[in-house]
Amino acid sequence: MITKRIIPCLDVRDGRVVKGVNFEGLRDVSSPVDLARYYSDVGADELVFYDITASAEGRRLFTDILCEVASTIFIPLTVGGGINSLDDFDRVLKCGADKVSVNSGAIRRPELVYEAAKRYGDQCVVLSADIKRVGGVFHVFAKGGREDTGMEAISWIRRCVDSGAGEIVVNSIDTDGVKGGFDLPMLKAVCDAVGVPVIASGGAGNIDHFIELFHSLPQVDAGLAASIFHFGEVLIPDLKARLREEHILVREVAPC
Amino acid sequence: MIAIIDYGVGNLFSLKSSFAAIGAEARVTSHPEDLAAADRIILPGVGAFGDAAEKLCRAGMDQAVLEQVSAGKPLLGICLGMQLLLEESLEYGTHAGLGLIPGQVRPISEVIPADYKIPHIGWNALQFCGEPSRLFSRISEGDAVYFVHSFQATGCAAHTIACAEYGAPLTAAVAKENVFGCQFHPEKSGNVGLNILRAFCDLEV
Repeated sequence: MITKRIIPCLDVRDGRVVKGVNFEGLRDVSSPVDLARYYSDVGADELVFYDITASAEGRRLFTDILCEVASTIFIPLTVGGGINSLDDFDRVLKCGADKVSVNSGAIRRPELVYEAAKRYGDQCVVLSADIKRVGGVFHVFAKGGREDTGMEAISWIRRCVDSGAGEIVVNSIDTDGVKGGFDLPMLKAVCDAVGVPVIASGGAGNIDHFIELFHSLPQVDAGLAASIFHFGEVLIPDLKARLREEHILVREVAPC
Repeated sequence: MIAIIDYGVGNLFSLKSSFAAIGAEARVTSHPEDLAAADRIILPGVGAFGDAAEKLCRAGMDQAVLEQVSAGKPLLGICLGMQLLLEESLEYGTHAGLGLIPGQVRPISEVIPADYKIPHIGWNALQFCGEPSRLFSRISEGDAVYFVHSFQATGCAAHTIACAEYGAPLTAAVAKENVFGCQFHPEKSGNVGLNILRAFCDLEV
């Protein structure tokens, strides 16, 4: 059977991983290449790289780093951040990305999802949605969660899936950074609305939160987190061992 | 030298890198005549079957592959490249494949329960069918590999060397003499995938 995926997310700015990381045995904790290798070795099922660079120079650096990661790490890579056009898709896919995540770029120009899915296949296009409750309604936020678009989130996600988005990352702004657990009601609303894989993001603070996620919402395919992995608060081998004890299927990592 | 066939579908960066990682010399080529100089051949592919089959023909690669295979050279089809090994596909119409493995490519929706998501995407365990294939000499049954597909090879039970359970057994890998195919992506399947590529490189020419 298909296993639940555990996905660390790396925010990269000017060629370095943002958010301090603290691992024993890692020579350079803010090197995206070293950190990616570490995660791959300990059993991460996929990696997400977000380019949070604003400058063109930083973007070039990001692309170079991506090439380096993809030539040494052989697990699926999703790349997001600054994806506004098919040229952006092309740029990161040529460097070994398997999936490309769109967010603000799709909000600005929703046709991007359709055009990319047509050219690269649905499996390549990930819609990342930053969602927050506004007056009890799920709203889509743009620009890294700073700007309320006023759009209702579930219909936005459904529209993108109809246009060819093959996977959805649901990032709850309400639970993000709180470490009180994933946003189960929001995730359930998305899972009920679409038939493509759903990745839960925002709110994981400990191992129990992943167990709660996969037990209460078996339709969710993957759990994504950043700082709890980077800071070593949750170690992926421990997380997977606990999930296995709870009869949640996860991939075992084969030794080299 | 391993020839990775470039016929304009999908990017081959990871595949080329994965051979480099296991110390095998691989060259991406779009020239049919290069296949003769290779020890073994990789047929990759993503996207739609009909389009890919047409591009393979237009590149003159279909005949070149058939010639090299009949000369005994090991061939490994990956993902859509594996599906192209079969006789035909029903993806958006009926399209002819290379016919190296008997069978037909059909939607997985025909066999999996309605509440299973399509595509079949993620890590799934390999269940060997019969004696372990030479392609699996460096891995174990139950090892997980990475899949992304909505269609699968059918009618090829005699040549199926591994399945993956997804509400129904899906065809994960096929083999017939020197022709091999993986529905999953060995170049995205961590060490298990690299060990499958190593085993392919071990095959005697």
